[in-house]
Amino acid sequence: MAKRSFLIPGVDKRLLIKDSIKTMPDVTRRRFIAGGASLGALTLLTGCDVVDSSSAENMLAQISKFNDAVQAFIFNPDALAPTFPESAITKPFPFNAYYDLDDAPDVSAADWKLEVRGLVDNKKSWTLDELYKLPQVSQITRHICVEGWSAIGSWTGTPLRDFLKLIGADTRAKYVWFQCADKDGYNSPLDMRSALHPQTQMTFKYANEILPRAYGFPMKIRVPTKLGFKNPKYVVSMEVTNDYKGGYWEDQGYNSFSGS
Amino acid sequence: MASLTVTDEQVRATAAKVIQPAWVRVMHWVNALAMILMILSGWQIYNASPLFGFSFPREYTLGGWLGGGLLWHFAAMWLLMINGLAYLVTGFVTGRFRKKLFPITPSGVLHDVRAALTFKLGHDDLTVYNYVQRLLYAGIILVGVLIVLTGLGMWKPVQLHWLVMLFGDYPTARYIHFFCMAAICAFLVVHVLLALLVPKSLRAMIIGR
Repeated sequence: MAKRSFLIPGVDKRLLIKDSIKTMPDVTRRRFIAGGASLGALTLLTGCDVVDSSSAENMLAQISKFNDAVQAFIFNPDALAPTFPESAITKPFPFNAYYDLDDAPDVSAADWKLEVRGLVDNKKSWTLDELYKLPQVSQITRHICVEGWSAIGSWTGTPLRDFLKLIGADTRAKYVWFQCADKDGYNSPLDMRSALHPQTQMTFKYANEILPRAYGFPMKIRVPTKLGFKNPKYVVSMEVTNDYKGGYWEDQGYNSFSGS
Repeated sequence: MASLTVTDEQVRATAAKVIQPAWVRVMHWVNALAMILMILSGWQIYNASPLFGFSFPREYTLGGWLGGGLLWHFAAMWLLMINGLAYLVTGFVTGRFRKKLFPITPSGVLHDVRAALTFKLGHDDLTVYNYVQRLLYAGIILVGVLIVLTGLGMWKPVQLHWLVMLFGDYPTARYIHFFCMAAICAFLVVHVLLALLVPKSLRAMIIGR
């Protein structure tokens, strides 16, 4: 399976996010235009350049937002992702990121704390030892990457909805927004209904072992009803919020809901 | 090749007759656009994680990168699905499928394949599809249904879990989706080639006569 890196050299992530607030980000636009040059065939067929124009970008962004709404509409909070027997687990489970494993965050368990922010009653930070004491469940589900490949893995941890209840989160809020220790500051918003899905999990173990660095030590959010990039690793904070704060890949053009 | 060329008399003889009604023509070209967008953006998505030992040349992909390809794919899918659904409903309701595509008999297909391979298959009356056409047109409709169903299953493998189960599992649906694309591309090559060889059929698909 190809593990493509989409890290774009020379592009400042913060500028990217700033741009994306208005419309689609710079990098996507540039890539659209780069792709546009190769689309002579399509231009010929339609008689107009549908690619090298911001109107095409705007149209695609609007349709992607429409697709968010469609997906939210058909999302059934009770529909469970299929689970599998242990024999079905993909070995080795792939490491996948926009950087090499050597560049993956190396989080010190002793120093790490999960920061809790936003619309919650109790904003206390949580140490790993405190989190490990919460009741945990295991599930074997299929991880589906936005690239098309998929792999079955075993994840153990605390259902996110139990934790949200524990910290007195306002579950009428729209999003839980996660920030991560990845370089360039990975982050991703999770809509509240998906956050409250019974299989959505604060994951501390992979295959019954403490989550290895490759899979997001110390904590990953496993969301089997979302594509892989909406399953943040190396999580350092969560914020319950009504604001759409964007995400690392979402800002570059991946569909924001990206539900399964 | 003589039998494939069109004489003026033949054109005049069929000129009064509407061969392709307006709804067929509109839906055909909408479908053509949607298909091309889906195929080119689909190749972009394929390239992110190829199923086989090859990638599609960048020049023939849409969107510039995976994210752009996905935006195009999930935009054009609405065009493809809505148009396709309207076509299926109209095709059944008007009886066009029944009149034009059926019956398809093995002996008829064999006869017309043989005739086609020896360049003896005429296209004098464009209102009647020969057995090779019937088989290919009916077949490509089925492939179209299959590629949409596998695509929907891959888009929503949890919400439409039953659809994925119908094809086995997620990776299998992905392979079927790919092979349907390959079948459509093969169809497209033959279809376009024959339309160019029998220009009056192309004209009928544009102006109806």
